[in-house]
Amino acid sequence: MGEAGIAILPLAPSARFSLRLAAAVVEIGEAGGFWLDIPINTCHVAGERMTVRLGPNEWLLFGPQADAIRHDVAATLGDRFFSLVDVGDRDLAFAVAGIHARDVINGGCPLDLDDIVFPAGSASRTLLGKAQIVLIRPGAERLYRIECGRSFALYVRAYLENIAHEFLRSPGSGILA
Amino acid sequence: MLLIPCPHCGPRSELEFHCGGEAHIARPTNPAATGDQRWAEYLFYRSNTKGVHAERWLHVHGCGRWFNVRRDTISDRFVTADQIRSAEEGS
Amino acid sequence: MQSNRLPIGGRVDRSRRLRFRFNGTVIHGFAGDTVASALLANGVSLVGRSFKYHRPRGILCHGSEEPNALLQVDRGPGRVDPNNRATITEVTEGLTVASQNHWPSLEHDIGAINDWLSPIFTAGFYYKTFMWPRALWDKVYEPLIRAAAGLGVAPKEADADRYAQRYAHCDVLIVGAGPAGLAAALAASTSGQRVILADEQAEFGGTLLHDTGSMIQGMQAAGWLVGTVAALADCRNVRLLPRTTAFGYYNHNHVALLERVTDHLADPASGLPRERLWQVRAKQVVLATGAHERPLAFADNDRPGIMLAESIRAFINRYAVVPGHRIVFATSGASAYRAAADARAAGVEVVVVDVRPVAACGPELALLRAEGVEVLTGHTVLGSTGRKRVRGLIVAPVDADGRIGIRRKLTCDAVGLSGGWTPAVHLFSQSRGKLTFDTAIDAYRPGRSVQAERSAGAANGSYELTTCLAEGWEAGLRATGRDGARSFRVSPATPTGFVAVRVLPGEGNGRAFIDFQNDVTAKDIRLAVREGFESVEHIKRYTTTGMATDQGKTSNMTALGLLSETLSRPVAQVGTTTFRPPYTPVSFGALTGAARGALFEPVRKAPLHDWAAARGAVFEPVDRWLRARYFPRPGEDMRAAVSRECRAVRSSVGILDASTLGKIEVVGPDAAEFLNRLYINGWTKLAPGRCRYGVMPKEDGYIFDDGVVARLAAERFHVTTTTGGAARVLDHMEEYLQTEWPNLKVFLTSTTEQWAVIALQGPKARQVITPLVDGIDMSAAVFPHMAVRTGRICGVPTRLFRVSFTGELGYEINLPASQAALVWDAVYAGGEPYGIEPYGTEAMHVLRAERGFIIVGQETDGTVAPDDVGLSGMIADAKPDFVGKRSLARPDLMAAGRKQLVGLLTEVPGVVLDEGAQVVENPGQPALGHVTSAYWSDACGRSIALALVAGGRARHGQVLHVTTQAGFTAVRVTEPVFFDAGAERVHG
Repeated sequence: MGEAGIAILPLAPSARFSLRLAAAVVEIGEAGGFWLDIPINTCHVAGERMTVRLGPNEWLLFGPQADAIRHDVAATLGDRFFSLVDVGDRDLAFAVAGIHARDVINGGCPLDLDDIVFPAGSASRTLLGKAQIVLIRPGAERLYRIECGRSFALYVRAYLENIAHEFLRSPGSGILA
Repeated sequence: MLLIPCPHCGPRSELEFHCGGEAHIARPTNPAATGDQRWAEYLFYRSNTKGVHAERWLHVHGCGRWFNVRRDTISDRFVTADQIRSAEEGS
Repeated sequence: MQSNRLPIGGRVDRSRRLRFRFNGTVIHGFAGDTVASALLANGVSLVGRSFKYHRPRGILCHGSEEPNALLQVDRGPGRVDPNNRATITEVTEGLTVASQNHWPSLEHDIGAINDWLSPIFTAGFYYKTFMWPRALWDKVYEPLIRAAAGLGVAPKEADADRYAQRYAHCDVLIVGAGPAGLAAALAASTSGQRVILADEQAEFGGTLLHDTGSMIQGMQAAGWLVGTVAALADCRNVRLLPRTTAFGYYNHNHVALLERVTDHLADPASGLPRERLWQVRAKQVVLATGAHERPLAFADNDRPGIMLAESIRAFINRYAVVPGHRIVFATSGASAYRAAADARAAGVEVVVVDVRPVAACGPELALLRAEGVEVLTGHTVLGSTGRKRVRGLIVAPVDADGRIGIRRKLTCDAVGLSGGWTPAVHLFSQSRGKLTFDTAIDAYRPGRSVQAERSAGAANGSYELTTCLAEGWEAGLRATGRDGARSFRVSPATPTGFVAVRVLPGEGNGRAFIDFQNDVTAKDIRLAVREGFESVEHIKRYTTTGMATDQGKTSNMTALGLLSETLSRPVAQVGTTTFRPPYTPVSFGALTGAARGALFEPVRKAPLHDWAAARGAVFEPVDRWLRARYFPRPGEDMRAAVSRECRAVRSSVGILDASTLGKIEVVGPDAAEFLNRLYINGWTKLAPGRCRYGVMPKEDGYIFDDGVVARLAAERFHVTTTTGGAARVLDHMEEYLQTEWPNLKVFLTSTTEQWAVIALQGPKARQVITPLVDGIDMSAAVFPHMAVRTGRICGVPTRLFRVSFTGELGYEINLPASQAALVWDAVYAGGEPYGIEPYGTEAMHVLRAERGFIIVGQETDGTVAPDDVGLSGMIADAKPDFVGKRSLARPDLMAAGRKQLVGLLTEVPGVVLDEGAQVVENPGQPALGHVTSAYWSDACGRSIALALVAGGRARHGQVLHVTTQAGFTAVRVTEPVFFDAGAERVHG
């Protein structure tokens, strides 16, 4: 997929939590397999669990099992002051991949996606057109995960497809249902 | 389109921000004991500085944090950008 | 065919013949031609009529500054575009173009009568003539002006093309790929930093594209160009953008570029956008935007065939087109000599008329004379002859005192004018850089920079090729944080220098045009000064000089100079008008990009949208959501459908998708205290498992939002907001949390989209839902009104609220959004034995209005305080403070006579008032307020209305009047409750 011109595909549902925790607490490092002590606007993948740090005291936690995540994180954080809210159904996700992935995302997103500025492991809340998104680049390949509010998904997808139009002639390109 | 130095995220496009107007307008600590004139000043009176102006921005489509900057309203140059810290974040 | 095309030379591809239509006539050209070069190749010199006088006009320039040759371009249905400059419109096979500003035809134009009436069309004509009589304005003057005004014809069909936008970042943006820009790119490219090089032309090279004489580093200019562009194309860190105009320079090195992607393609690949708007954020910018040549002003200097000298050179050398066979070059400077020499080399008969005396001329004079060219130095031009094409130039010697000698007519079929050069400082000025007037080059040039940018080459007022290259190189190095100089060997030396002449001596009674596009003459500018205008900005607006699509690129400096002369004030003191974006016209399509049609803005659909759509719901936009408004059955109008839906809720059970309500999870040991500070209500004593309706004012005391708040646990609240308020309430909460009370231990999370909400309302609601629920005791005693429970419904985890916005027994079932359809179907099936009806927002509005519940944004408008709508009883007096509390004691909010919420019952029960209608005591008296909500109420069997009326609560029982479409109707003021005044039904 990484070699395609451009590919856009909806991602399967995932468990998702919004974790809020006083920044000073990040010294605990890891909570239930989620690495909290990572720089703002980065992500960390450990097995099936991915941590995204969006701000000084805000993280998104992804993984396959909501109950397990809730249990593991709560067990680690104990009686510290934190907020863990299930947002698994709040957002939907797309993958945008291929050599034109950046061109397509930059068709509506004002972030600088150059490898130096937005390398593997980057993640940030930002905009795509008139929709707020979270843009995540888990690895070095040109594969980006876009998270958006559930009711914005139709717009986000149509917007990406609109931009992708001009690249669809490149080999291996496609928009998957 | 300004390029705004978010203290957490670095320079980002103005598109991601919401401007919160003049900074350092402190809410009176005891509103009930605040006279009408003083309360009106707190609510409505703002300076319109030509030159370096302290203002608040919210990185609403970013880290979600409010911060203060000082911006030259003539050149748009940002002089400083500071996060607003809570006690639990340390100071 | 192509009678003026040279057999060899130029950059056109003679192997690729192209045909296009100009005013219906087929014109032949080659790949590489612009419409202008192809028209000239075919001997077409008349290409348009001027704006005001409808004078015949030809092609003046070879670039984007062209004022005259504006064309309506037709690429098929939905692809019609006015005001394209012939000089940058590339020829494609099958293109259709037409000239503008004439009727019935270009050759025979009725509007040309304006030319004979010209004495009355002087500066300020519109202002003077149409001021009086006032009565004629609407019916006569305005329609006439509107019909005559404007360039070209607005397209009638929707634009069929796609337009793209792209955000881009780079270390160095270089604008202009002439010699300076190319040298800058070469220098910058070696840094490895990200470089973007943009040029508005189809090919990179700028003046090098028509410079057949210069040698750079021992190579012919064209050869150096090929090598340089190839070297840049090989650099992975350099992005080359031809056909891309930098049109706007904004704050913090944000530069907007317009790329023309497909207009030059006869059959563009599908999917390609027509244009792309680039929004570039550059760390450094190099402006290598070149310079514009100035025409000379003399009587009738606007006849077709009269062009800029350098443009003639460009047409000959770049396009292999000779615009005439006997060309007179009239000049006040050196550069035209090279144009004359190149024309002569192309076999054209050439005469040069130089206004400068011999002593003021440079070596170019002797060089050209040595080639046998006749050069008349110390001569002025008194006028031109010909009608639709120039046939001759009247010239005469002029001495130092301005005395004119014996006239002589020089027969010709084309004229090249050169009145000197003006650096293209537009982008520099847009960047807020300070311009300084340099008398040595008689022009404004870039002075102090405000942003991280630098100018190089002709844009900087440096016209020698070797200097352009050196300045470009140095700018490219400096932009990448390095220092250094490099000299470029160039031969022969570039002839430069000119004498600034605003209007040639002896212009007599004819019209010497300064601004061709707006038909502004030297006389107009002098007249404006005589009438008392002094400010350059006022002169611009009064005479219209420098306005419209070309923004006076060829004329501004001459106009300024003439103003300076007329005012006897140095140019530097006259100043210059402000340069504003866009540099050249930009299509609305490019500015809009993808944001049209379905992508204009996100249209949010609720989780049960598809069910409602399949059920035939009529939708209405609420904020960005689409919500089902009502569900008509065949033959039903809205009132019938809404009445039926309301009846179901009042008598049995109705079901509503309420998912769009905003939701915020408020978590932390200080959560209750936090809410205490934001709502008028108190939250400390709200027990877990209970709900409360809350009203949230802003600091000014006015109602900002409302909604039910549930306490799930001691430290966890589920806050709901209005549909439209979801984002702004969260922002409001975050603002206070972060900036006023950062020490409160509270976190906020938006959960609006996590939870779908199914509202089940009506006396049978409990019967319907109970069989589906697990783990919750549904009995009225255990699960009362305004309580919340967690459990499962149809096996799906739920936060089940017992709340009511209808006045009936009811529940709001919160579920994870992905499970909403499953549960909805089960609930609906369970309700069918009871005659369940889906209801929409309209029935919801009626039901709540019958009970007198307000809707924020309908009963409130940002100036309504809690007491105004009768909610002051909810204010928790024990709280020392909350946001907005102090403002409730502001004199304005305490004043008598504030508008208060009342009910209105029309004296004629069947009349439904208009929302927004004014309420008065009696017709003819001032308004007391307005109707905020008005409906037909099935439960009341009559119309009902809510209104905000001055001193309303004291007016119960009074008869007032409300405006209607036809006049007024009488109403009686009542309590704002129309049904179940004792609020007993919710406890059912």
